[in-house]
Amino acid sequence: MNARLRAVYALVAVLALAWLFPVIWALLNSFRSYAYTAQHGYVSFGGWTLKNYADAWERGNFAHYLLNSLYVTVPAVIASIGLAACVAFVIARFSFRFNVALLGLFTAANLLPPQALLIPVYRIFRQVPMPFWISSSGSLLNSFLGLILVNTAFQTGFCTFVLSNYMKTLPAEMFEAAEVDGAGVWTRFWRLALPLCRAPLAALAVLEVTWIYNEFFWATVLMQDSSKFPITSSLNNLRGAFFTDNNLVAAASVIVAMPTLIVFLVLQRQFVAGLTMGSTKG
Amino acid sequence: MLLRGGRRGRRRRLTDRDRVVVSVMVGVPTLLVIALVWVPALLSVALSFVRWNGLGSVGDADWVGLQNYRDIVEIYPPFWPAVRHNLIWLVALFLGPTVLGIALAAVLDRELRGSRLYQTAFFLPTVLSLALIGFVWQLVYSADQGLLNGLTGSSIDWYGDPEYNLGAVIVASGWRHTGYIMLLYLAGLKGVDPALREAAKLDGCGEVQTFFRVVFPVMRPVNIIVLVITVIESLRAFDLVWVINKGRNGLELISALVTQNIVGEASRVGFGSALATIMLVVSTVFIVVYLRTVMREDNS
Repeated sequence: MNARLRAVYALVAVLALAWLFPVIWALLNSFRSYAYTAQHGYVSFGGWTLKNYADAWERGNFAHYLLNSLYVTVPAVIASIGLAACVAFVIARFSFRFNVALLGLFTAANLLPPQALLIPVYRIFRQVPMPFWISSSGSLLNSFLGLILVNTAFQTGFCTFVLSNYMKTLPAEMFEAAEVDGAGVWTRFWRLALPLCRAPLAALAVLEVTWIYNEFFWATVLMQDSSKFPITSSLNNLRGAFFTDNNLVAAASVIVAMPTLIVFLVLQRQFVAGLTMGSTKG
Repeated sequence: MLLRGGRRGRRRRLTDRDRVVVSVMVGVPTLLVIALVWVPALLSVALSFVRWNGLGSVGDADWVGLQNYRDIVEIYPPFWPAVRHNLIWLVALFLGPTVLGIALAAVLDRELRGSRLYQTAFFLPTVLSLALIGFVWQLVYSADQGLLNGLTGSSIDWYGDPEYNLGAVIVASGWRHTGYIMLLYLAGLKGVDPALREAAKLDGCGEVQTFFRVVFPVMRPVNIIVLVITVIESLRAFDLVWVINKGRNGLELISALVTQNIVGEASRVGFGSALATIMLVVSTVFIVVYLRTVMREDNS
């Protein structure tokens, strides 16, 4: 290894540490007491405690907000991947005249700026009546269902793109054989295509969980009742509660980040596969 | 001809039941996406030509033609700052995270000890929401409890001072973007034919030269996708500025202006829609570029 190469590697190592630093800093300070840091300043060492987590959990009402996130994330992830799989199967296995247009319609939808659709979506949601057992507001506005629908509509595009690319690589002979054996379209989809798509489905599931869990904009504008915010949007309210105590901010950040961090660290391979399949079909 | 005949034959073989199944499989998702994405997009364009305070029915709205656009450009104070901020955001993302992401991918693509560990470190911010990133970086930027002021002894309010806050926010968002770009390029690099590199080496190219002359041009689709993603991400940037101060006081962005005009007391539907339409037009240009890239790759 020559000197220049060694310098490059050293630089990468230093950069990687620098990259992790904000996370490490948050972790570190989440375990320090406010009294200690107030006295010694944040650039110090000591004052270890676990109390911030208990306080943040309590004051931030995290049990409640995490549950809200669960109500939105789980159905939206399942719906967007499920619907996308259906469209992708038809696009990949049948040659209709509008195939390319259909794929374009889905893929492009995922790239539009949500803010540009806000006004009509907001108005439509306010107009759609909902029975009260679904939505206490009586409309799609301010309801979990509304949020699930809008997240699903946006994410279906990305999932369709990834899945249709993958399904096109499956051997056509297999499907023809199944067809000859009398398998209908649904059977071919459900019993043949889906099991073969385990890898991209897993990758998408991981990716969509983090994306929908992290979604901020729609939740902020479509949920007027802040007690219904998913946890990512509730951060805005929490700022007030934590304002004067950065150690609490740190503990809260760690709590909020935890689900996606776990998903990422445990299923890193799927996460990476999902992102790269979607962009470059690697 | 033969192929078309074959296809047609297969289509004719669809039973009634299968026909229904296919229709539902395509119909339900398509309806959802059309109803919640494409119809709203068109409605935004239509509403941009009216003046409406959002009360009463749309029928009460006045048709004002291009007046909203004229007002935005001529008399709406935050508009040009927002355009400038969006552009600064875009340029900064290119010069910082994109260049760095490419460089990191080029280095980490090689069999280097601990490569995966480094990759993990750079990816990590990608899984955090931008709203949360605003929260995390508060620990660095906060005026009296922040690391930055603690180390330097200054008392700048990094999030609050309009002279610094845009830069501070871009650093935080670039922190997340770098890992994303690196990932896209790592994937792209895996797709580069190793024979190309061998050939370049035999021709006497150095590593750096090989990268710029051979590898980089081959990754043209990835380059275009990264270009489009970066443009769209900087156009859609919203979460970070909204958690900090709702996109005011130095953090004006077009996305935040749209939201300000709609959410809250005074809703100016037509005006907000005109701003939204501007976003739509800009993004449409790049979405078309994107689709052409990925679809062309598709056919080859």
